[in-house]
Amino acid sequence: MSSGYFNNIKEATVSLFNGFAITLSNMFRKPVTLQYPDKTPRSVTDLMPERSRSWLKVEMPICTACLNCEKACPIDCIKITTEKDPSGRVMSGFDIDMAKCMYCGLCTEPCPTGAIHFIPEFERASFSLDQMISRFVPEGEKVVPYKVPKKDKDEEKNSAKEEAEDKAAEAEPDA
Amino acid sequence: MENFAIHIHESYLYGLPLSVVNLIVMFGAAFVVLLGFVAPFAGLLSFIERRIAARIQCRIGPNRVGPQGLLQFLADGVKSLFKEDLIPKVADKPLFIIAPYLVFLGMFTSFVVLPFSSQWIVADLNVGILYLFATAAITVVGLVMAGWGSGSKWSMLGGMRSAAQIISYEIPTGLAALTAILLAGSLSLQEIIAAQGPHPWQWYFFDNPFTFIAFFILFVALVAEGNRAPFDLPEAETELVSGYNTEYSGMRFLFFFFAEWAHLYVLGAILTTLFLGGWQVPESLLASVGAESIAARILELVFFQLKIYVLVFLVVQLRWTVPRVRMDQMMDMCWKYLVPIGFFCVAGVAIWMMLFPDGVSFVKYLLIAFSSAMVLYYFYKVYRNFKDSRAELELNPFV
Repeated sequence: MSSGYFNNIKEATVSLFNGFAITLSNMFRKPVTLQYPDKTPRSVTDLMPERSRSWLKVEMPICTACLNCEKACPIDCIKITTEKDPSGRVMSGFDIDMAKCMYCGLCTEPCPTGAIHFIPEFERASFSLDQMISRFVPEGEKVVPYKVPKKDKDEEKNSAKEEAEDKAAEAEPDA
Repeated sequence: MENFAIHIHESYLYGLPLSVVNLIVMFGAAFVVLLGFVAPFAGLLSFIERRIAARIQCRIGPNRVGPQGLLQFLADGVKSLFKEDLIPKVADKPLFIIAPYLVFLGMFTSFVVLPFSSQWIVADLNVGILYLFATAAITVVGLVMAGWGSGSKWSMLGGMRSAAQIISYEIPTGLAALTAILLAGSLSLQEIIAAQGPHPWQWYFFDNPFTFIAFFILFVALVAEGNRAPFDLPEAETELVSGYNTEYSGMRFLFFFFAEWAHLYVLGAILTTLFLGGWQVPESLLASVGAESIAARILELVFFQLKIYVLVFLVVQLRWTVPRVRMDQMMDMCWKYLVPIGFFCVAGVAIWMMLFPDGVSFVKYLLIAFSSAMVLYYFYKVYRNFKDSRAELELNPFV
């Protein structure tokens, strides 16, 4: 029992001594902190990884107004309004409420043209919720949705036909 | 102090009775000391602690408010001032309100007897060291009050723990201090310092093996008394949210932390006074600036502060070195280790004084050599640890 007693004292002393040596050696290491807003080597947006999930952006010239993203959003933060125009169907609004957005990325997956996607920019905190809504169609303007060129569609159809024919051809000899 | 009051009375306020003038001067002095010395010191210490902690954890720490973040504590203080002062519905209101001030009082009245130089001391009480321990006990009352008055289980548990802890650790504190008191033959802090000398072999730390051990006992016991990590059981965040100060907010909350950091300073001052020669400056150095000049007093103050800061640094480092002990381990440590060893040291010093009334210089030099060797070995270990981690060296503290 007495040997345990003195062993405890010895152990406490030795472990404290070693611990102090470790913490003091850590004090002379270079801090790894990146001082965020103003002391970074480049702007923080540039430092972010290319595919990082921050704000959503829609490339309006290639948006087809298919409403797939609106339907995919689990919390309904995307709101697309379409109107009938003499020239056809037009978008009069494409709003994404980034205050609601939970950055799940479900909207980017069904997009047929890849128009809606994440950008690395994230420093857009603001003092009111209204400012958190990003509007991709300026108010009062109307955007004509992108139409996938007919030629491509024909090619697709042709290739589909060819495939079907090939299959039929493959099937024939057996019959 | 009294002469100053009489001087004020005779020259400016001769219309008032002397006792009233005395009171005004006393309040004035307390005000000046609190605002001009203690508050900035506690604040600065919080800054230093945060910076050291940050560097140990590979961070930078506060560095935005003022040059290198030096004014961070002012920003924190102003923020706390403007915060809402919440009082829980189930709280025992008078106790809840008065508790932080008692904690504050307990810590800050100890500054009265701290000897900053051979002449700069508010009151050189002939029971100075007893007074220090007595005021530390007021803190317990405050902590228990805060714990009980909050009307919350966590606070209550924190308060109970602090009572158990501080009262237990008063005993090893007293025993370890007793060794220095025995050697000096006085309870007055100034006389204890005067009995030592400026050189290490004149300090009580190296006087004999028993005081050498007593120093470490006092160190551990004072750390425990100040509720500092690794003995911060009363405010154990992982178990008790924040212990006795869980329900506090705003300025009242700040008072608890004020007291904690002030205690850090008092801890350093007690150890320096009892074992490390206090404000003693080598006479050759003192003579070069004139022994009676104000420069000599400032030199003494600087020596006193330097020793305190080394100890404060160790306490801060200890916080980031050792994890929190368990309640039973803490009690074991006090009653099974510190108290018996403390008694052993007191008896040892008494016998040593009887056998060698003039001290043994051989033992003193041996102890100094041993300590120096340990310090050298410590720095060697630090160097080795650093080399092994293959980190980039950064000696600039102002990154």
